[in-house]
Amino acid sequence: MSDSTNKTPDGNWTPRIVAFFCNWCTYTAADLAGVSRMKYASNIRVIRLMCSGRVDPQFVVDAFAKGADGVLIGGCHPNDCHYVEGNYKCLRRYQMLKRMIADMGIEPDRLRLEWISAAEGEKVRRVVNEMVETVKQLGPLGIPAKFEQWDKEMNALAEHVAASQGAGAPGSSGQNKPQTAQTAHV
Amino acid sequence: MNIMETRKNEPVRIGFYVCHCGVNIAHMVDVEAVAKYVATLPNVVVSRNYKYMCSDPGQEMIQKDIREQRLNRVVVAACSPLLHEHTFRGATEAGGLNPFYFQMVNIREHNSWVHTDRLEATRKAMALARAAIQRVPHHKPLEVKKVPINPDVLIVGGGIAGIHAAITMANAGKKVYLVEKEPSIGGHMAMFDKTFPTLDCAMCVLSPKMATVGSHPNITLWTYSEVVKVDGYVGNFKVTVRRKPRYIIEDLCTGCQECVANCVYKEPKFPDAFNLGLGKRKPVYMPFAQAIPSIAIIDPEVCLNFKRGKNPDGSYTVSDKCKKLCVVACGDRKAIDFSQKAEDKEITVGTIIMATGFKTFDPRRTPYYGYGVYPNVYTALELERVINASGPTEGHLVMRNGKEPKRVAIVHCVGSRDENTNRWCSRVCCLYSLKLAHLILEHTDAEVYNFYIDMRTPGKSMEEFYNRVAEEGMHLVRGRVADVYPDPNDTASGRLIVQAEDTLTNRILKIPVDMVVLSVGLEPRPEAEDLRRLFNLSCSSEGWFLERHPKLAPVSTFTDGIFLAGCCQGPKDIPDSVAQAGAAAAEAFSLIDKGYVEQEPNTAFVLAEECSGCKSCIPLCPYTAISFNEETKKAFINEALCKGCGTCVAACPSGSIVQNLFEDQEIFSEIDGVLAPLPQ
Repeated sequence: MSDSTNKTPDGNWTPRIVAFFCNWCTYTAADLAGVSRMKYASNIRVIRLMCSGRVDPQFVVDAFAKGADGVLIGGCHPNDCHYVEGNYKCLRRYQMLKRMIADMGIEPDRLRLEWISAAEGEKVRRVVNEMVETVKQLGPLGIPAKFEQWDKEMNALAEHVAASQGAGAPGSSGQNKPQTAQTAHV
Repeated sequence: MNIMETRKNEPVRIGFYVCHCGVNIAHMVDVEAVAKYVATLPNVVVSRNYKYMCSDPGQEMIQKDIREQRLNRVVVAACSPLLHEHTFRGATEAGGLNPFYFQMVNIREHNSWVHTDRLEATRKAMALARAAIQRVPHHKPLEVKKVPINPDVLIVGGGIAGIHAAITMANAGKKVYLVEKEPSIGGHMAMFDKTFPTLDCAMCVLSPKMATVGSHPNITLWTYSEVVKVDGYVGNFKVTVRRKPRYIIEDLCTGCQECVANCVYKEPKFPDAFNLGLGKRKPVYMPFAQAIPSIAIIDPEVCLNFKRGKNPDGSYTVSDKCKKLCVVACGDRKAIDFSQKAEDKEITVGTIIMATGFKTFDPRRTPYYGYGVYPNVYTALELERVINASGPTEGHLVMRNGKEPKRVAIVHCVGSRDENTNRWCSRVCCLYSLKLAHLILEHTDAEVYNFYIDMRTPGKSMEEFYNRVAEEGMHLVRGRVADVYPDPNDTASGRLIVQAEDTLTNRILKIPVDMVVLSVGLEPRPEAEDLRRLFNLSCSSEGWFLERHPKLAPVSTFTDGIFLAGCCQGPKDIPDSVAQAGAAAAEAFSLIDKGYVEQEPNTAFVLAEECSGCKSCIPLCPYTAISFNEETKKAFINEALCKGCGTCVAACPSGSIVQNLFEDQEIFSEIDGVLAPLPQ
């Protein structure tokens, strides 16, 4: 996890975007873009789910935590969901996530939800390219590096506390030790 | 003993295979580097690359490795799982493993075909492969659920495609429901005069098939009816069909048309839809002479026994003001029933064939051709009716003013191959324009001009037909018509000037003609959008129903058990529509005769010991598959109702719902895998 930013072999940073595509519309649209030989940026890594309603907010947060610079969710158009209304459930969670990641210090533009039907290969191309451009403008997110930084700060703080407590109340420092940054995130 | 059980506690042993797909993948992805990289990943025992993984040797390689290397997981990086997941699951199973220990990585449609930088594409392939390698250890053996299939079939649309599919299925002993929106089956083909390239009369070849549908013991024909609701899934669709009132009791009507002859309207007065308004009919009428079912229909919009105007619910109120001579004429048959109401019929079918056809382009959208403004501008379909012996002019080619045209211009590509209207080629217009030109020459002494962009005559015997007809002495002008306007020197006769550039001689032509025929293109029907929603289908950007695969699954859809036939999938001629209808019937058969459908085991279940009983999941399920057990205070998912979307799984606050094939841990491993650092 030390590789917090994605570097091409020539050393330039290039964004990594994790995408969650629903099986019926957007994944199929991406297949169509392939069959039509449309060209788009290679920064995207698609994970197939049956429905955009399956996108657990934790997936998005986890992707950012593990080094994604952007997350794209693709589902069927309103009224067209293969599972009737999974896309509406996804929309609700998306709106919540937008606010939540902003509170975490992640620019809301790093998360995008798009309705892309099975016929819209061209939209896949456009959305992926736009998304890559947006994220390039925003620069690396680098949450894993930040975690490392925070871990260091927390460890330093813990040491500082332990040292000051060690001076004042010896014996209590042993209990405080497990409260280092290892438990701060998993 | 199940082979799975014996391996339960064995360490994970993954076999990884990356496919070249000839050069489709290998030209953009360094497959050897991918295989080499994957070999370094944990649990990977075998990592190979091969020219064609989907070929027999490729599949045998997997099976051999499973046996010899004691693999218990298989990952293939190749094309889209929508194409070959089934193939490789089969190979995995043939090797002695549960098929769901397999995972596919899409590095063709999502990678080699869409990227241009070989280095980047290779790195992406590595990342995607790693995601799968990290995912498969979490895979569980699953069982495919087998659900019995209802052998009955619903066919929507009674044009030539629907008719052919219905007869094919019914002859093999399947029960067919054929639902047609109009009062008679026959569709567009019934309106044509003759058909290219054989020039046999359309009705002569169609009417025997229509009659077969009408009398076949295995076909339930519901005309003047529409599908209003579709529930369920492959093998077990619950469909509601609304039968609109025709105010004639079908079982009692003999088709004698005494009611039509005795109607209080002595003369036909109302525009006749079958003849596109060129002819007239009475309020009670037979759609056309050869209509099937041969049953009259009453139009409540104009019949004097109804109050004018529709009620808000779409019904009509009986006024009882008419002398009802039709009822008198019907006599003891008592077939006329003014109180008839729309009736909803519920049926259960296992498969559905969509054959809802097309509509012709409305040339009012190209106002420069003057359709609807100048009476002597016709659409090609109108000309078919004018030329037809059973049409409004009994086959005499005369214009609205009763005169025979001396010069006729046929304008190709109206609403086809045009940036401003429809971009696609409608495929049939060149040929039907040539056919119409031939028929005009046959019926009259007129001079005929064909204005075309390109003459497109592919298909068996079509080019020969073109050559034959072209020698009959018609003018062929290569150039799109720009304008049609009245002859300023001759305003009285209704003569028109057709202006076009002859692109072969580079001259602007202004040709005076008596009649202009617009070769209108084919378009998706306006109700296709509603049907798409109703049947859960996809449409192409043009609005045609989308087939599962343009080459390999041309009559299947993304919804299992629903097939496409005829022009609802795209413009095609009669031979192709019939061929496709046969193909759709065969696809439906292969499902029905198997006796059951296999369902992906991607359903969700509740871990009862973890469920907190918060009920968050219950309102989320669109299929009401989740219930709450008041005694145990736990949620329960009915597997038979669950469709496997996973919406409840994503919402469960305690993480106690698991979706098979898409478990949380599997997705988290994929996220980790795609983001893991790659070798520089």
